[in-house]
Amino acid sequence: MELFTPDFGLVFWMFVAFILLFLVLAKWGWPVIIKMMDSRAATIDQGVEDAKQAKEQLDNAREEAKKYVVEAQARQAEMLRDAARMKTEIIEQAKNEAADAARKEMEAAKAAIEQARKEAELQFRNEVGKFSIDIAEKMVRTQMKSDKAQTELVNKLLDEIEKN
Amino acid sequence: MSKRVSILAILLTFIALFPFSMSASGNGGHNENENLDVKEIIFEHLGDGYGWEVPFAHVYRIPLPVIVRAEDGKWFCFSSGDLTEIEVTENKETGKIKKHLVPVMKTIEKDGKTYRFMLSHEGSNKDKVVQLIPDGDGYREYRPLDISITKNVAALFIAVFLVTAMVMGLVRYYRRRGLRAPRKGMGFFEMLVSFVYYDTIKSTLGENTKKFAPYLLTCFFFILIMNLVGLIVIFPGGANLTGNIAVTLVLAFMTFVVTNIFGTKHYWKEIFWPDVPLFLKFPLPIMQVIEVFGIFTKPAALCVRLFANMMGGHIIVITLTLLIFIFAAFGTGVAGGATVVSVLFSIFMLLLDVLVSFIQAYVFTLLSALFISMAVIKEHEHNAKDDETYPQHERKDRVEIAEEKSVLQKLAKEMDA
Repeated sequence: MELFTPDFGLVFWMFVAFILLFLVLAKWGWPVIIKMMDSRAATIDQGVEDAKQAKEQLDNAREEAKKYVVEAQARQAEMLRDAARMKTEIIEQAKNEAADAARKEMEAAKAAIEQARKEAELQFRNEVGKFSIDIAEKMVRTQMKSDKAQTELVNKLLDEIEKN
Repeated sequence: MSKRVSILAILLTFIALFPFSMSASGNGGHNENENLDVKEIIFEHLGDGYGWEVPFAHVYRIPLPVIVRAEDGKWFCFSSGDLTEIEVTENKETGKIKKHLVPVMKTIEKDGKTYRFMLSHEGSNKDKVVQLIPDGDGYREYRPLDISITKNVAALFIAVFLVTAMVMGLVRYYRRRGLRAPRKGMGFFEMLVSFVYYDTIKSTLGENTKKFAPYLLTCFFFILIMNLVGLIVIFPGGANLTGNIAVTLVLAFMTFVVTNIFGTKHYWKEIFWPDVPLFLKFPLPIMQVIEVFGIFTKPAALCVRLFANMMGGHIIVITLTLLIFIFAAFGTGVAGGATVVSVLFSIFMLLLDVLVSFIQAYVFTLLSALFISMAVIKEHEHNAKDDETYPQHERKDRVEIAEEKSVLQKLAKEMDA
């Protein structure tokens, strides 16, 4: 029966030991461990969540990048096209300008020639007029050498005036 | 595979040969060996002692301090080695030397008085320290107040040290490594903590977890370590600690105290005015008597369950080992066969006891948690069925939990039976 009768000494020490163990572990042991396990679990959960989000973001970023590339390619093509068009335009313009300049030059030259021709014509006419007046003067002088001729002419002229 | 078989065969041969060599060394001394007192050996192992056996040497003991309070209230502390002496006897016929451990009187002079202490030979105080007080011609025995550091108390301190070292080791690991998960031994320990904490305590206690978890975790690991250390056969272990009713009594008393101190108004109402038909509780307080009885039977069941399980395990293992020596009387051939069988069985039982150690620690913790959860239950939780403030699904959960708890309670009661 001695197995079933608790020994006072052992009860006493067990009590002391258990209380001490409990106090020490409840103060410095278990709360730290529990807090750590909880926060590690939370961290892992958070990590999984973060990874999921990061993957999502990465996928989004990749798609966006693809979009940008496509856009850039389109813009590039457009720019090339623009450049080509501009080139032809510039060449065209230059050609036109050159043609214009040439035409203007020609016109100026034509005007100058015309001017010169007109001046020459005028001069020629003046000279011809002078010549003809000289000739007419000479002719009149020769014809009007006699008085008779002069009177006849005066008469004739007078007649004409009278007739009018 | 064949390698394993051959190793096993070699081992078995050695084990079978062991009694031959034993009987060869003890040649001739066979018959005059005093009869093997199986009961004595078993009880010595299961009980306590003032010294601790040195491994493989029966008469040598590691001395431990004896602390006693004499009849006149004075305290004495001396080594347990002073209480015994090794007596060497020589057999005249065979010349064989035998060593016995015999008790001697320890005499202390203090304040002009002589105090005599001795290990009692017989009676209710057998093998306990008694004070011898002169009484007429002889002496009368007085059993002093005895808080000696006995083998069990020393084992208790070792268990306390181991648990503290484990927990503080893990805490230190966390301090150093932060949130990194520990590996190997620490990882295993942390796995146990998380198993007990999340799967047992938290699922039972719910919102009260933080308050009671330290107590329950301490219980679990203290019991587990005491159980396992008790299974180690030689020096730092071998004390039948949780198979001692004093230890389990204190543990159960703790649960009793925690349960009743933190018991809510509702808990007490359930005891003194339970929800049962009136005739069961009014003129004759039948239910009240049962419930009040229940307050004490719950921790008593905890106490006895742990005690009986661990003591049973120890008894079986030591009996199986003793079988070898019992069968040795029938000759070497029988002894050889018995050795193989009993060693195999002992190994099997020890392994089973490792499992039992864990299960008992777990059951103690689980049931403590259950008792505490029933004591701290609140009115609205209990009457969830009638309570309209909870949404439908939550109420259902609560009812289910209550049902689960009652089933567990029934199971526990059946196990006690």
